[in-house]
Amino acid sequence: MRVFLSLLALAVIALGIAMTLTDIPFGKPKADIATHYVENGREDTGAVNIITSVVLGYRGFDTLGEVAVLFVAAMGLGAVLATGTRTPKANGWEPASLVLYTGCRFLFPLIVLFGAYIFIHGHLTPGGGFQGGAIIASAFLLTYLGCRGRRVHEAWSSAVESLGGLTFVVLGLAGLTAAGHYFLSAFLPAGTLGQLFSGGIIPLIYIAIGLKVGSELAGVIDRLVEESQ
Amino acid sequence: MIVLVSLLVLLMLCSALAALIFKDLLNAVIASCVVSLLASILFYFLHAPDVAMAEASIGAALVTAIFIIAIRRTRRHEE
Repeated sequence: MRVFLSLLALAVIALGIAMTLTDIPFGKPKADIATHYVENGREDTGAVNIITSVVLGYRGFDTLGEVAVLFVAAMGLGAVLATGTRTPKANGWEPASLVLYTGCRFLFPLIVLFGAYIFIHGHLTPGGGFQGGAIIASAFLLTYLGCRGRRVHEAWSSAVESLGGLTFVVLGLAGLTAAGHYFLSAFLPAGTLGQLFSGGIIPLIYIAIGLKVGSELAGVIDRLVEESQ
Repeated sequence: MIVLVSLLVLLMLCSALAALIFKDLLNAVIASCVVSLLASILFYFLHAPDVAMAEASIGAALVTAIFIIAIRRTRRHEE
């Protein structure tokens, strides 16, 4: 009886979905909002990269939510893994070879520079705070492979992380008070389109997000590596 | 273009299947890393460089590293 009822319910749901989907023309935009973003995004927000103009210009509050989700995930991982005090254990791993060590020391600043370039130029070229932060975290991952004695200084990492999140919220509140319209409204002048110093608050927010995401992901890797020893 | 995209999708399917089949979990993780790398190349050809960057740095580098650390803590071979 229960099987019959659930099959009946499934059939009704499938019928409803099929009836809904047959009415929708495939591949045609239902709302004009996407074309509005593509056509007016540059003038509205001052960011040449249209994706950035959507992510931080039109949908900045969503991005704050995403950053909060990442923060909660990193915090949960820290709460699960950081049991007891952090004692500096004797490093049980065998040291890396000279080639790997030298290569890591050579590549680390270049990768960090590349990540910083990506989030500083987030309003001009593809990429942004999340991508740049992930690239910076992968540079820290490289040091765990090559220079095994090195660790992220935890106080610095949490300070950078808190500063990034705080900058985002403070910029949003400043927009609320200065322009008076809404949270994260653009209160700085947009400047010339395509210049590095343009786009109002968008580059500032992307720098904050990049530092925050980078230090968060580096902290996650740091805790995992420490636990695995 | 269509040949390139189909080749990439085919390779992705092959490595995804390999990730399912491998009993050595380290090999399976590397196969799923290959899926992420090919996906990021595919995103680039589909004119989505932002997503390609995120996929390459998070999907191929960080997730693989986290899986490998997890394997170090647990067992390497699936029964």
